[in-house]
Amino acid sequence: MSNQTDLLKAKPELVCPAGTPAALRAAVDSGADAVYCGLANETNARNFAGLNFTPDLLEQGIAYARGHGTKVLLAVNSFATAPRTQLWFDAIDTAARLGVDAVIVADIGVASYAAERHPQLRLHLSVQAGASSPEAIRYYCSEFNVKRVVLPRILTVTEIAAIHREIPCEIEAFVFGNIGMMSEGRCSLTNYVTGTSTNMDGVCSPANAVHYMDLPDGSKTAELGDFEIDCFAPGEHAGYPTICKGRYLSPVRKEPYYAFEEPVSLNLSSLLPDLIAAGVTALKIEGRQRSRSYVQAVVSAYRRAVDDIVAGRWHDLSGLVALTEGGKETQGAFQTKKWR
Amino acid sequence: MTSELTMGPLLFHWPAETRRDFWFRVADEAPVDTVYLGETVCSKREPFFNPHIEEVSERLTRAGKRVVWSSLAQVVTAIDRRASTGIAEFEAADIEANDASLLPLLRRKPHRIGQYLNVYNEATITHLASNGAYHFSLQPELPAETISRLTEAAEAAGATTEVQVFGRVTLALSARCYHARAHGRTKDNCLFVCESDADGMELQTRSHHKFLAINGIQTLSHRYLELSAEIPLLVAMGVSAFRLSPHSLDMIEVARAYRQLLDGRISTDETFAKLAGLGMPQPVMNGFFHRKPGYLHVGAQPELS
Repeated sequence: MSNQTDLLKAKPELVCPAGTPAALRAAVDSGADAVYCGLANETNARNFAGLNFTPDLLEQGIAYARGHGTKVLLAVNSFATAPRTQLWFDAIDTAARLGVDAVIVADIGVASYAAERHPQLRLHLSVQAGASSPEAIRYYCSEFNVKRVVLPRILTVTEIAAIHREIPCEIEAFVFGNIGMMSEGRCSLTNYVTGTSTNMDGVCSPANAVHYMDLPDGSKTAELGDFEIDCFAPGEHAGYPTICKGRYLSPVRKEPYYAFEEPVSLNLSSLLPDLIAAGVTALKIEGRQRSRSYVQAVVSAYRRAVDDIVAGRWHDLSGLVALTEGGKETQGAFQTKKWR
Repeated sequence: MTSELTMGPLLFHWPAETRRDFWFRVADEAPVDTVYLGETVCSKREPFFNPHIEEVSERLTRAGKRVVWSSLAQVVTAIDRRASTGIAEFEAADIEANDASLLPLLRRKPHRIGQYLNVYNEATITHLASNGAYHFSLQPELPAETISRLTEAAEAAGATTEVQVFGRVTLALSARCYHARAHGRTKDNCLFVCESDADGMELQTRSHHKFLAINGIQTLSHRYLELSAEIPLLVAMGVSAFRLSPHSLDMIEVARAYRQLLDGRISTDETFAKLAGLGMPQPVMNGFFHRKPGYLHVGAQPELS
């Protein structure tokens, strides 16, 4: 681990979720260095009812954030789908017009449009692009002048450090929140079950396809579309039916098991010094679908932690476990390859 | 222009000799124009087949098949990186890129784009074509209208498109090996447990509904995609190649059925009856094409004569 001077020099940016104007203000007030948001349509990967911004609300959000020295990033990170391609181009034009600090893109066509039409607009490569090797990241940097890559949540800290040495752009890494098991931008499980697509519509496990059913013995099933994703015993916390966190039957297992991953949240608080030393420029908190109070709690805690670490003080984020999914946390792929 | 029929890549970890004999039979008997070799799912599997790759490739080429090298779909580790970029070193090779890692190495060299590289719009087609891409194998989740637009854009860029019409469909990739996980192992000490499932390991819901299939880091549909009824429309859109994804049933006969359909010698219903007779698991799926949940079969199931 690096010494304190190195860490101070490399004080990372805390990038926080803003699913709504209220969450944006909460994140800004709690000490976010940057907030990221999306427009209220298919152009971003959290296209949920009641979330996101109209161009007018985004403009107000930018004004509020700027007033507090906070940057605003716009996620245009689903995949522009013909024949609706223009919708994504319009989002890029809106971002340029409102003067956001960067747009987060995943699609080659969208990146190409942004680089050609708005060369002054800063581009970040979304985690949805799934760029997990230095070669892939360098491709996006050289083709579209991408300035930062949001790394997939599948790399160890050691691997992140190695990538850092081989790429010409900044690294943003997820540190807290929901952890999807599938490679970002390469999952059509939701479309298989519900007919709406994560890549094309910005939707994962949409609420309108979710059904809970109480069974006579007191247990409860959680279904997505026509498929049972899990069944919970009486008294067991009934989680949200996300396909990659369900329990299934396999010919090689006696009991239903979490075939992909248990419903846990990512919490890398104890790895923060290592991530910073590995060359991570920005620490990202997931959760644009979360409430204002959640955003406030997580952002404040991480603000203190980052400030403590760069000041060489001991930090404690144990309180955050209460905010994780089902009260369970993981360091995911980040600590060890055994996760794979 | 005659529609092309293509085979592969083989997604599953078949024993090396089985895999070799499969490709020998394809060379000798299958009416396919192009074959995709190469390990697209797991770089750890690659060394097993390496001793046979040259003889397989030679036999296919001698039989008049065009051999394409399909690259790894997800590149994370050092081994992945070597496996992915290694194939770009062969000057004469026809390469299908499944991940952006390869694109810098293929710059301005004619190449193909595989179904794992996200291509959803005209601008992506145009950009990749300007980099040298001349053939696009489209994502299975695309609906008809998108396929049509992308095929138009490809034509305008001097490129062609391909659509998978048979076999389980890739739904997701992960860094984690779910085959190893099911057996209480991890990717690093997997002991190649995926070898025992020639068509993937089936996952059922807790209420015993067939749902998904696991193949290492890959998650597939439980159902087989079967687009014989949609082929006339795809041909009319200008799609030039139709992909069969290999499974353990008799793929030579599967290829013959689709070839006869493409040549107008048998009907859609007759094609379906032949596939059913070969043991194709039913019901099949075509939902993605119709912008419906992918696992569904839209339209009357062709009647068995």
